Amino acid sequence: MSATIDLPGFADPARDAQRAFRAVLAAMAEPGSLRMAGDDLIAPAPLAPATAAVLLTLVDGDMSLAMDAATYPAHPWVIFHCGTTLTEPAKARFIVALDCPDLSTLPSGSDEAPEESSTLILQVRALGSGTPYCLSGPGLRSPMILRADGLPADFAAHWAANHALFPRGIDIILCAGATLVALPRSMTVENA
Amino acid sequence: MKGYNFAYLDEQTKRMIRRAILKAVAIPGHQIPFGSREIPLPYGWGTGGIQVTAAILGADDRLKVIDQGADDTTNAVSIRRFFARTADVATTTKTADATVIQTRHRIPETALRDGQIIVYQVPQPEPMYRLEPSRVETRRMHALADYGLMHVKLYEDIARLGHIGISYDYPVMVNARYLMAPSPIPAFDNPKMHMMPALQLFGAGREKRIYAVPPYTEVRSLDFVDHPFHPARAPHACGLCGAGDSYLDEVLTDDRGGRLFVCSDTDYCETRRADGQVGAEGVPVGMPGGAVEATQ
Repeated sequence: MSATIDLPGFADPARDAQRAFRAVLAAMAEPGSLRMAGDDLIAPAPLAPATAAVLLTLVDGDMSLAMDAATYPAHPWVIFHCGTTLTEPAKARFIVALDCPDLSTLPSGSDEAPEESSTLILQVRALGSGTPYCLSGPGLRSPMILRADGLPADFAAHWAANHALFPRGIDIILCAGATLVALPRSMTVENA
Repeated sequence: MKGYNFAYLDEQTKRMIRRAILKAVAIPGHQIPFGSREIPLPYGWGTGGIQVTAAILGADDRLKVIDQGADDTTNAVSIRRFFARTADVATTTKTADATVIQTRHRIPETALRDGQIIVYQVPQPEPMYRLEPSRVETRRMHALADYGLMHVKLYEDIARLGHIGISYDYPVMVNARYLMAPSPIPAFDNPKMHMMPALQLFGAGREKRIYAVPPYTEVRSLDFVDHPFHPARAPHACGLCGAGDSYLDEVLTDDRGGRLFVCSDTDYCETRRADGQVGAEGVPVGMPGGAVEATQ
């Protein structure tokens, strides 16, 4: 535990967080596009550098965070560097996970405040290779193919139920190594 | 700049604004409440736009700031200098060279491209505020996508005036879901928002709202089949550069009725004149009385 907590966060918090945020923003604006984040960060196991960078960039004491069992060994580092407290997924605004949770159990906001939904930071084995998914929606001039390794087999069906809630719904940031991809709720995702 | 964090705002404030921006991009056209901070200039001078710009700006960005299309007005100059001092960011007046463009009430004439971000300063984010003063009610109307009130307003304009009497801040439907105020840009600029390659972010400081339109997103100006949306433009060519396609400002030149129509977008006008285009009342660049090359 102490070995994990001893790992540093961003070397230059203001500038490194800005670079990581712009990667997430570009990913959210162009869903399916691969962006780099956290490439110079030493992430605590089992978190990937991109996962750790997204947490440092977006989560703080104002936000509740849930970690699934697989990411739990990194919790001392996350609590120390983000200054956040852990809660259960059904109450969390941010969820970090290695195994994709049931999206329907996560807060999806209300009709009047759809922004009060959770953001799922989902670490997968690889992005850019693996199962192909066809993405279309705002941000994309034409449909594009996203390849991701490590999503559940029935992900497209689960996502369709999430997308049907629009404007409510969960937004996902997929992370693998130092790359990330965003799936805002506005996206249509189909098996390609 | 000593004594201030990079880009003026503290990191916790930036994280709060960044979370709002991400949700805004995920829900195109929906207004996200945020904890607007005090900024060293008055409300109404771009405090919302400045906070959004401060949250996204990085050392490798190149910032352009325009006020009604002009790079050289007081508001544009002071905001550009604010970020040059607090974020040590490179600045430009060239639309094509900028990575981030903060704007008050115009979209540049030069088409924006992939990867650019345009930040609008918004005085009133609620498109229905003149029709329904209660925010509780308008939130409910947005939740239900109940925009009949706005259609009635447009219909009454047509019944009284024969046309829709809105020339700026013309309401748009974003992604066929949310009614959105495009900020007080002229209706002439509305078509530029449709399927724009650049990311569009909107910040309203006094009203404490952030909203966004992702790239390549449908943005339709409200209209009727028999009264289609018609962007208005003064029927003249720019007196200085001769452009027949740009939005024009009318400038009074004397007290005997003299007037001059010039491009509102100063960069567009200067670029055209530098390329040798001369309007009816212009002087070629480099000639006595002619324009000098714009300097930062």
